[in-house]
Amino acid sequence: MTEFIVVTSGKGGVGKTTTSASIAVGLARHGKKVAVIDFDVGLRNLDLIMGCERRVVYDFVNVIHAECTLKQALIKDKRFENLHVLAASQTRDKDALTKDGVERVLNEFRDEGFDYVVCDSPAGIEKGAFLAMYFADRAIVVVNPEVSSVRDSDRILGLLSSKTRRAEAGGDPVKQHLLLTRYNPARVASGDMMSIEDVKEILGIEVLGIIPESEGVLAASNAGVPVILDETSHAGLAYDDAVARLLGQERPMRFLDVPKKGILSRLFGS
Amino acid sequence: MGIFDFLRARPKNTATIAKERLRIIVAQERSARGSPDYLPLLRRELLEVIRKYVNVDQDAVDIKVEHEGEHDVLELTVTLPDKSQAPAAAGEV
Repeated sequence: MTEFIVVTSGKGGVGKTTTSASIAVGLARHGKKVAVIDFDVGLRNLDLIMGCERRVVYDFVNVIHAECTLKQALIKDKRFENLHVLAASQTRDKDALTKDGVERVLNEFRDEGFDYVVCDSPAGIEKGAFLAMYFADRAIVVVNPEVSSVRDSDRILGLLSSKTRRAEAGGDPVKQHLLLTRYNPARVASGDMMSIEDVKEILGIEVLGIIPESEGVLAASNAGVPVILDETSHAGLAYDDAVARLLGQERPMRFLDVPKKGILSRLFGS
Repeated sequence: MGIFDFLRARPKNTATIAKERLRIIVAQERSARGSPDYLPLLRRELLEVIRKYVNVDQDAVDIKVEHEGEHDVLELTVTLPDKSQAPAAAGEV
């Protein structure tokens, strides 16, 4: 059984692509057969975060338009042979994606025996975002503890429970999870940032993971190595926990305490 | 906390403000969700018609859809201007 997971947020710049890449790599590291698809037609970026930008020959839109086979378009990851990337088209406009076309390609992933297909949604609530979530079984809503991100996430949660295949069929709804990114425990402690409880209370859904604000994330995207593979980075370890929770394991939330300051910064403030 | 921190102005707890503001706007947006798409347009056109006869405010027309058992009720409230001192004229369609 293939599970389709959409990584979405409404707002841009909150960490959807970083999350998609790390979740896909994490699932592959658990031995699952995984594909990760970039739905952001016209603004391809997942390939850069995954570090395979120079190996893109065919893309998602080529597959939809039958200009190549799915096999030809899939880029096999160099680190995990059971992980595949399907890049977005850089040249076409967003109308190149159609509901029928997306469904056909997703069915093909199912026929090929993939365990998970991670759909990296574009920002906004237009066609690309709609199609990325439409066929989802599970949704990871990426949210920063910040007003516009939380509000947009609530809008996305509304769409997930009304404008998806599962919602229209009226059976089991799309499973929804929150993933808090750019979480800064020191700023939460000083009252400058909303806490996990605040966000959870407003949005009313369960939290899959909390990714602390970390220098590792930029370093990882610079290098084209998803941050989950950086075991010295708290963000990477937090993603690893989130993947384990997706797979049904119990993991306590980590990295929520304020880092201890040295004697100098204690005396003089920061 | 540094020993010179008392020199700085103590900032307000902005996270609490954020949470309060979000709580209100999210509740408001959730209640509007699921109501028919034509409501904003209907509201605007009604406002135009009413304004041909009475000079009412931009936000004088309030439309709500409420579920009552088997059917939906479209509730329309028009607030007339102060001069006439008339109470809100309410009609149900």
